[in-house]
Amino acid sequence: MSIISEKEAKILLKKVLAFSKADECECNLDGQLTGNIRYARNTVTTAGEVSDLTLAVQSTFGKKMGVATINEFDDASLEKVVRRAEELAKLAPDNPELMPNLKPAKYAKMNTYFDSTASVTPEYRAQAADDGIAPSKKKNLVASGFLTDSHTMQAVMNSNGLFAYNVDTNASFSATIRTADGKGSGWVTRDYSDINKMDTSEASSIAIEKSLGSVDAKEMEPGKYTVILEPAAGVGLLGRLFNAMGQRAADEGRSFASYKPKEGEENPPKNKLGEKMFDERVNIYSDPHHPEVPTASFASDGAPVEKTYWVKNGKIENFQNSRFWADKTGKKYNPTAAGSGQWLMSGGDESLEDMIKNTRRGVLVTRLWYIRQLDPQTLLHTGLTRDGTFYVENGKIKYPVKNFRFNESPIVMLNNIEALGKPVRINGNMVPPMKIRDFTFSSLSDAV
Amino acid sequence: MERRDFIKLTGAGMGGLMLPITGNMVSAAQLLERPMDVAMKKQLADVALNAAKSAGATYADARIGRYLNQFITTREKVVNNVVNTESAGIGIRVIANGTWGFASTSLITPESIAKTAKQAVAIAKANSKFQSEPVQLAPVKGVGEVSWKTPIVKNAFEIPIKDKADMLLEVNNAAMSNGASYITSIFFLVNEQKYFASTEGSYIDQDVHRLWAPFFASAVGKSGFKQRSSLGNPVGMGFEYLDGKKEDKVYVDGANIGYNNSYDMLEDATNAGKQLQKKLKAKSVKPGKYDLVLDPAHLMLTIHESVGHPLELDRVLGYEANFAGTSFATLDKWKSKKFQYGSDIVNLVADKTQPHSLGYVGYDDEGVKTKEWDLVKDGILVNYQATRDQVHMIDQKESHGCCYSQSWRDVQFQRMSNVSLKPNLEEDLSANDIIKGVEKGIYIAGRGSFSIDQQRYNFQFGGQLFFEIKDGKIVDQIEDVAYQSNTQDFWNSCVQLAGKSDYRVGGSFFDGKGQPPQVSAVSHGCPTTRFNNINVLNTKRKV
Repeated sequence: MSIISEKEAKILLKKVLAFSKADECECNLDGQLTGNIRYARNTVTTAGEVSDLTLAVQSTFGKKMGVATINEFDDASLEKVVRRAEELAKLAPDNPELMPNLKPAKYAKMNTYFDSTASVTPEYRAQAADDGIAPSKKKNLVASGFLTDSHTMQAVMNSNGLFAYNVDTNASFSATIRTADGKGSGWVTRDYSDINKMDTSEASSIAIEKSLGSVDAKEMEPGKYTVILEPAAGVGLLGRLFNAMGQRAADEGRSFASYKPKEGEENPPKNKLGEKMFDERVNIYSDPHHPEVPTASFASDGAPVEKTYWVKNGKIENFQNSRFWADKTGKKYNPTAAGSGQWLMSGGDESLEDMIKNTRRGVLVTRLWYIRQLDPQTLLHTGLTRDGTFYVENGKIKYPVKNFRFNESPIVMLNNIEALGKPVRINGNMVPPMKIRDFTFSSLSDAV
Repeated sequence: MERRDFIKLTGAGMGGLMLPITGNMVSAAQLLERPMDVAMKKQLADVALNAAKSAGATYADARIGRYLNQFITTREKVVNNVVNTESAGIGIRVIANGTWGFASTSLITPESIAKTAKQAVAIAKANSKFQSEPVQLAPVKGVGEVSWKTPIVKNAFEIPIKDKADMLLEVNNAAMSNGASYITSIFFLVNEQKYFASTEGSYIDQDVHRLWAPFFASAVGKSGFKQRSSLGNPVGMGFEYLDGKKEDKVYVDGANIGYNNSYDMLEDATNAGKQLQKKLKAKSVKPGKYDLVLDPAHLMLTIHESVGHPLELDRVLGYEANFAGTSFATLDKWKSKKFQYGSDIVNLVADKTQPHSLGYVGYDDEGVKTKEWDLVKDGILVNYQATRDQVHMIDQKESHGCCYSQSWRDVQFQRMSNVSLKPNLEEDLSANDIIKGVEKGIYIAGRGSFSIDQQRYNFQFGGQLFFEIKDGKIVDQIEDVAYQSNTQDFWNSCVQLAGKSDYRVGGSFFDGKGQPPQVSAVSHGCPTTRFNNINVLNTKRKV
């Protein structure tokens, strides 16, 4: 038992709450059924399936809270788990930041579940692997890759009568195809809620093309270059910016978005809310209803989640915050969807191909790898290009170039925008291809 | 798992359940319940092995696991979270038609186990259609019924929660009284109760303990903020690690205190507060070439990234090509017996039996008895880290015993063993002795940012604390330091090692690898070590 229906979840959670003697009680159900296949060296290596379901009970007495869970679902076990949560709550120290449970709310019905993804078989996965292996063998290439499909369920109920339920599916695929002599490497990734949109043959052909095209890369001097970041290259730095947009850290002076008071300034703000920090074409938001990247319409505490802008026209529009911090600072609580860190960045209509055509000189980057933060004040990060880096001249890919290490900040990057293309889904987010000027490459890497 | 995810998890409360993690929250009382009876585990494992064989498997192993974690997370004066997690279930791995198959379930009944075993065989058979390299397992003799336990002195789970919470609050107070503006401190306890059985006649019961007590402090000044993390290490020990014994401290004049097999968290937090205030005023490094003197709590991560990973045989062979990457340390370099990985004073060993280390176990997750072996001897590449299904590819007959799975839910595969740099055995030099010989250099302590390419050539590392060395003395605390190098160049620039008395074991609690990604905990021992003429960057940037 790992995925149960909304009706079954409601009956089960009501039964759990009936055992509660605490001031407040909140229950979460979390189920998952996942499958995967992995291949390398032109052969299938490992594959598996996992089935798991968890019930968690959170009991509160005043400012004291305890949590306990169980994997068994008979009545005696359900009562036992409630008693354990209550015992733990009584032993716990007061937490002054603990917030009361939320009131019932209405949630939009989400289109997050697809039968196609929930019905994937081992044979389907094996075929997806061969979609990369067979054409690679014919071209003396070496394929490796990974396909995973998941069917998950989340439900929340609390003693105020709040109840939320969502079931969703996701599938993701990636492949790295290398030349037999190790001189070329190409990569591709795709992810969808509905696996019927997945074309592993088409995706693999892109990795093959990049692999063959990246052989005998030439050296370019490190320095500042105009770069075209494919969506899969931009997602890493943008994701780190999104993750750094917490209100509390900003208010405490520990964020790129902390306000630095001017000499003698009276009542300065704590953070840079409303301040223009990026090019005005930059819009970053979360939206559970987006058809390409749908999520649950509630947060893990049951708060309804709506479309929220984090950056609008280059200005910080909202911060992520906890209910406690929002309440303390008199701001709106901005929850994000349960089980998702989804964000979207707006772009234009230009395709990646158009962007290359419109570039006089630049470096096309397939992906960035091993991205690590160097300074949280400036969001300066380092990392490397990987699996397909090309020199572009007069609208055409001229030749492959050796991989670079970059030292750059997404803040600088989003102030140096030349063009934004049409966003595509990457890792559950929507990301446009971006043309960026003066992107800093600090050294060369011998890695292929 | 990245540090950010870890922080999110430990501060997540109920929200944590919505994260893709292994582990269910349970009460403290439940954590102290007795593990499942060994006879019962054997009976259930036999159900899995027999069902797999009946379905056509030529080999099968079953891992029945009960994985317990406890996090206590505090922030300044507040205990944010006391979270107990438990995850139990069975993972069954089989070979059918020469192909691996795997399935796992949290429902540990004979019916469910038999069904899961059959599903693992069905997966193997479906995949065998596209199999071109049938699995070849290096022989392992069944060991019968055996058990092994991490030699802990104090079970950290048995220390009262209040005592642990109070200790962290005291640490926070020490840091804040001495200059920190904010601090998060955490106890993270791990107990893996795992039972391995295979069709080759092994029934291995192991009780593995690990502990990590990190803090993350910061100070806000007029011109910005600075951060300083703890210099303690994650270890394969019990709560005795927090005893902070005098004999486990190493003093570096004008710089910091290093910790070996026990950790004085309160002292480190006090120093963190003071050093944060110095960081706010410290001058920015002038970029250029420097001789680096690297403290073990820093160098361990450089070893991890530039030696541990590139010498994993699965990376060398291409099994990790789609995720973590491949390796520059290719088979031809190893076969030549002449590949100069480092200077001739560089000796690197892999060791799954190193006391207090995170990777210390009796047997790996495919029933192989653990051992120590050479990777780089007198500077020359001599071996890799490999599992049962890989060693035949390097003409060896015995697995190195470094197969691991993060839980019952995930398939086991080749993971890094403890990889350590041997100290200077001829002269027992101290860190201070090493610094004395440096004219223009930087002493770096603690782990900072780290980034390395997918074949492990080009890397860039930061640290926690940086001290300028001039004419044999530490003269100033400096900031904004990162060094860039190439693995082979770097290890060949290794010119001096401190001795046995300075040797310390550090580690990483969350080494990530594989698809789906799995974490593994691994240690690295080393002495303070000098590397000459390394390229240092300044990481300060205007935005």
